[in-house]
Amino acid sequence: MTSAHSVAHNTAPSLQQLAPNVVARVRDGDLNLAQMVLLGLGVVLIGAAWATGGEHFYASYLVGYMGVLGICLGALFFTMLQHIVRAGWSVSVRRLAENMTATLPLMLLLFVPILVGFESIYSHWSHAQIDPDLPNFDAVVAGKSGWLNKTFFFVRVAIYFTIWIGLGTYFRRMSIKQDETGDPAISLRLSRLAAPGILLFALSITFAAFDWIMSIDPHWFSTIFGVTYFAGSFMAFLAFTILLAKWLGAKGYLREAITVEHYHDLGKLLFTFVVFWTYTNFSQYMLIWYANLPEETRWFADRAEGGWGAIGTILVFGHFFIPFAFLLSRHIKRNTITLCIGSAFLLLIHCFDMQFLILPSVASHEGAHGTAAHGAEHGEVAVAIENGLARFPHDLGTYLHGISWGDFGCFVGLLGLVAGFTLLNVRRSNLLPLRDPRLGESLHFQNI
Amino acid sequence: MATPTKWGIVAQFDSPAAIYQAAEKATAHGYTRVDAHTPFPVHGLDKALRQGPSPLGWLVVCCGLTGIVLAQLMMWWMNANDYVIWVSGKTPYAWPSTIPITFECMVLLSGIGAVFGMFALNRLPRLHHPIFAHSTFWRVTDDRFFLSVEAVDPKFDSKETARFLESIGGKHVEIVEG
Repeated sequence: MTSAHSVAHNTAPSLQQLAPNVVARVRDGDLNLAQMVLLGLGVVLIGAAWATGGEHFYASYLVGYMGVLGICLGALFFTMLQHIVRAGWSVSVRRLAENMTATLPLMLLLFVPILVGFESIYSHWSHAQIDPDLPNFDAVVAGKSGWLNKTFFFVRVAIYFTIWIGLGTYFRRMSIKQDETGDPAISLRLSRLAAPGILLFALSITFAAFDWIMSIDPHWFSTIFGVTYFAGSFMAFLAFTILLAKWLGAKGYLREAITVEHYHDLGKLLFTFVVFWTYTNFSQYMLIWYANLPEETRWFADRAEGGWGAIGTILVFGHFFIPFAFLLSRHIKRNTITLCIGSAFLLLIHCFDMQFLILPSVASHEGAHGTAAHGAEHGEVAVAIENGLARFPHDLGTYLHGISWGDFGCFVGLLGLVAGFTLLNVRRSNLLPLRDPRLGESLHFQNI
Repeated sequence: MATPTKWGIVAQFDSPAAIYQAAEKATAHGYTRVDAHTPFPVHGLDKALRQGPSPLGWLVVCCGLTGIVLAQLMMWWMNANDYVIWVSGKTPYAWPSTIPITFECMVLLSGIGAVFGMFALNRLPRLHHPIFAHSTFWRVTDDRFFLSVEAVDPKFDSKETARFLESIGGKHVEIVEG
């Protein structure tokens, strides 16, 4: 401790002292083209899907929206998680996540098409008959109408986004403030705030998944549904972050700050959440399969029809067996090329996952006037899932015949918008938390 | 009593940086049977010692696969073959019902493989080690760092190696017998 800087003022050392070769900021005008291309791609794809999709556009849009929203929410969770455990390794990655959370106000704006298509997507409960004196009375939806009604639905949209935008903005703003002041007290305050923040996050993402995906089929319920959505979302966030960091590295930014050691750790988390997604989804499937109650099995019965059995099989292999075997080796995770291939693959699989959750329920006629009796017929169909492999080619053909290009196009378009907007935020702020007390630890981080 | 044979030469270093540099120099000088003994993990020391990757991962994978196979065989034998029981209308060997136990057996055997495999690779447990004879080695669990060069190293020479360890900053350079 020969120099007086850190002792005298009790502030963190600057980036110049820690790593003089790391560029702190994107050069003026650089990456502008990429940002514009991504934003333009997003607008064009979503516009084309809207123009060609007709009524189905809203369901396609929800697929893309929930898939990409999960990435932004994953970024919020990542930011708070690193603060709550006071992580050292991740500091140089954290600003990327913070800049992704700053796209949440954009996500609120992008929620508008879902509000416009509300009657189309959520018709199974918004059009259900909840007056007991009228024919076609739907007792199940009537019982849930205290929660599932249009007014409260919109109020909850506001509540969720208030939580997310509030937390995201505060964590990012304080982190940027620390870039200038170097005040370690900010880190302490954020780590204290992260605890209630994660609690609020867990509740809001759970109920958002219930509201925006699970309620499409209002007769069906699964208490673990929010967790499965979170698991897939956080996995997609990690895949997206790995690709973004690698791309920025190729452009000459953060290469010395996000090293192979950080990719290795991001890869470990990616692997973990591939497994966690499988764990929660299998937990959901096994209990429903075992109890064999028609009101629950019907959800899987819908996913054995219309070719969706093929997507179920693709998810079992593409969301578990293949990435599990691929990402198991440390050599794969420490090679950024192979890790990026795995990440891009998992992002595509994430889109299939969202389609699998959303589209069969939108298409299902069951939801509109489903009763236990209807479910019982389909309970037998669930058994047919077991023969999925033999039916795979036929199912895949049916799926490809029924799927619209917009079911992928909206996902890619929204991903483009979020990537472009993230890039905008990346260019406007420092590339990493310059005066975070743990930045030095992160820059010199090594896996044992 | 057998005559004591040379086990190797041990030198003391005072800091993580010193042991790291000493390890680098020793391996760069051509020694291969070099090991470092520290009170806490020192980042990158395994690379400085030029140690290859541990085979433990492969051992754990094999144990995990064994667990999967054994669990499946067990459930197939018990539920579908030896004493068939129908439970809640499921076929006696229905794959979804076997997953939790398969998973647990995989974890169990992997865990056992990781712990006992680590013991075996480190040749543990053992009650005594010749290196304990070094005069200050007791401080290895506190605040000192030690580098050892074993006598089985092809480059090992009592005088030459001792001189080398002193030249790279080692203190208490002692020949250890055992």
